[in-house]
Parts: sequence; structure tokens; C-alpha cells
Amino acid sequence: MAERSEEVKLLGMWASPFSRRVEIALTLKGLPYEFSEQDIANKSPLLLQSNPVHKMIPVLLHNGKPISESLVILEYIDDTWQHNQILPQDPYDKAIARFWARFVDEQIYVTAMKVVGKVGEERDAAVEATRDLLKLMEKELVGKDFLGGESLGFVDIVATLVAFWLMRTEEVVGVKVVPVEMFPEIHRWVKNLLDVDVIKKCIPPEGEHLNYIRARMDSLKLKSV
Amino acid sequence: MVDEVILLGYWPSTFGVRTRIALEEKDIKFDYREQDLFNKSSLLLEMNPVHKKIPVLIHNGKPVCESLIQVEYIDETWPGKIPLLPSDPYQRAQAKFWGDFIDKMVPGLVRLMWGAKGEEQEAGKKEFIEMLKTVESELGDKTYFGGEAFGYVDIALIGYYCWFDAFEKYGNFSIEAQCPKIIAWAKSCIKRDSVAKSLPDSEKVTELVPELKKKMGIE
Repeated sequence: MAERSEEVKLLGMWASPFSRRVEIALTLKGLPYEFSEQDIANKSPLLLQSNPVHKMIPVLLHNGKPISESLVILEYIDDTWQHNQILPQDPYDKAIARFWARFVDEQIYVTAMKVVGKVGEERDAAVEATRDLLKLMEKELVGKDFLGGESLGFVDIVATLVAFWLMRTEEVVGVKVVPVEMFPEIHRWVKNLLDVDVIKKCIPPEGEHLNYIRARMDSLKLKSV
Repeated sequence: MVDEVILLGYWPSTFGVRTRIALEEKDIKFDYREQDLFNKSSLLLEMNPVHKKIPVLIHNGKPVCESLIQVEYIDETWPGKIPLLPSDPYQRAQAKFWGDFIDKMVPGLVRLMWGAKGEEQEAGKKEFIEMLKTVESELGDKTYFGGEAFGYVDIALIGYYCWFDAFEKYGNFSIEAQCPKIIAWAKSCIKRDSVAKSLPDSEKVTELVPELKKKMGIE
């Protein structure tokens, strides 16, 4: 393989599941990159210039050219560096993987956010709705070590949002959103994830992360008062 | 092996239109089956148990759901014909970014059309116009979003065109006044066979709105 001068920079945020999933992908591919921690409350000129449409992290800069939206970034990484493939090769399997990735981001994430953001009855409803969605994920894991099958794949990387954000939120919220009795497969899958070096390396440290979630929750509650 | 391709759709759906266009662009023979969304067929429920929505593309018995995922699937499964996505990874990423952005226009449109009143409806309309302007500046002076070749981003957006008259009527505004380049672009798109065959008549779509609102229980 010819040596190319590659400059890979990630504008991200340490506690964001969307930023961390890009780090997982880059690390799986063994790609060196520069991580630039962004202050969301005080956005840098580089961030605003690189993602003028959404002004959000993560943004991947490859030789200075920006790519935004985490799912788009993951596919870009897979297309550009084709070793250690993240997505399946077969078009049908790829379509299924893309479907589940969207399901995590557009359904599970959106509903689960309400667990953190709401209180009382509204929160209870959000918990129920999240569990209904997770039951579909639970079914997908039967007989599989990972959502990608025998090894970690695209959907697993995206669904780390469930394993290390939603499930960590439980401790802060004080509600077992994902109890092991209801979701034995998901719990088994989380253990499998934690056995993967790249995952261990790339997820936010638990203690700091819980403090962060706690602080965010408090600020959300203040906003709704 | 002869491919069996079935598309479960609903004639006024902007999303179903995308998949139809993609299949037509690739000249793929398919069996289109009109669905009644208010009385869902067992086939639809079986093929899209998670969302129970159209469009559903069924290729040799296997379902693919979500319109933009279907467009990519069609492009990857029948690569020999007209490419719908660029081959360059960076260009491809840009196309997917804009497809995603166009999908994000939906919530604003829902507020404009389906039940929101007063300020909330106004906010939905403003959001749609702003987003369409962003898309328009991405188009710039190009013929199509990808340049000279019709493709993924054009397919993602053109489905909304048959709804423009309805948006204008219910939102009381002119899309051409706000986004003239988008209207010019749409007019070139509809000259393509694939689009002409797939896009429903705007008048019929606009006429459908009161009936749809009634069925959805909206005033």
C-alpha cells in the first residue's frame, strides 16, 4: 500500500455518543487522528466553518475536507479505508444494517432522551416507549454475539449509544430502563462489547461520564421549571 | 435468475416516489402495489413490522425499508446501469449528508400541513422555507445537485415537488418567490422519464389533503 500523507482530524466532544462512535471506527481501522475537543456552548470558528449547516459535532476533517453527520462519517471512513470493514459487503445486509442504525438514532435515541428530560408521568411514558423499542433490538440479538453477527459491526458501533449512554443514564435517573430480566440479550451484548479492546479504549470513563449526565439532567430540569 | 421486485407504496407519498424513480432510472421491472394506509395489508405488516410504513421494496422476497436506504440498495444491487450515487467517497458522503438534510425537512412540513395552528404552523412553514433555501444554495447554478448527472439528492428532493402546490395553498406563500432555483431545477427533473412516470399529479395531491386530514382526525 502506497504511503499517503493523510491528515485526519475529528472535531468532537468527549461525552457525545455520536463523537465516540467515530473514534471507535477510526480506532478499529488503526487510523491515527487528531482529536479536537469542542466547546458546544462556545462554538469554534473551525466548527462553524466546517459544519455551517448544523453547527454540530462530530465533524471529520480529512485532508482539510469536512464530513458531517456521524452515520455519514462512519460510511465515509469505511469507503475510504477499506480494510477491517465495518459495514457488511452484501447490499442487502448493508441495507439492513443501515435500517437498524437509523432505528437507534431516530427512534431509540429520540425516545430515550425524554427519559432524561422529563419527570413524573411523562418520564414513565418515555420509559415504556423506550422499552418497546429496545424489545426489537433484543430480538435482533438472539443467537448472535453482536448486532453485526460474530463480530462487531456498524450497528454495534452506532448502538453503543444504548450500551454506554442510555444504560448509564439509568443510574442517574434512578430508573432501570433496561432491566436484565426484561433484556437478557442486551445485557449479554454489553458484556461482549466490553471485551473488545477498541470499545474499552473509546468509551468515556464511567465516573466522569455519570457526573456529566447528572449535571445535564439537572440543567434540563431547571429549564422545564 | 429473474429478479422479482415488488414495491409497496402509497401514491401521494414523497418517499415512495423516490424509490419508484430509482427503479425507473435503472430500468428495473417492478410490480407496484398500492397500499391503503388506513387499512394496512398483511403483506405490509409482515414486510415492515417495525414501522408499518411504506415504501417497502421487496427484492426476491426480502424486504428493504426506508426510502433513501432503498435508493442506495437499488444503486448497489444494479450497479451496471446509471449510477445514482457518486463513486468518489467524499462526493458520496456529501450526497448522503444532503439526503439526510432533506429528510430533516419533514417535521417542519408536518407542522405546516398536519394539525398545527397559528404560531406553531407559522414556525413549521418558516423552518421549511429556511431549509429549502439552504438546499437551494447547495444546488447553486448546477443542473442537478451532483452537477451534470441526475442522482441521489435530486431523487431525495423531487418527491416533495408534487406537494408544493399543497404547501403553498395551506401555508399561504409562494415557493417560487422564495426559492426560484429550486423551481427551475424541479422543472428540469420532471422532463426525465423516470420522474414523469413516478410523480403523482400536484392537483390530485392537493385535492387529497382535506380527505387525509379527516382520516387522520385532524381539523
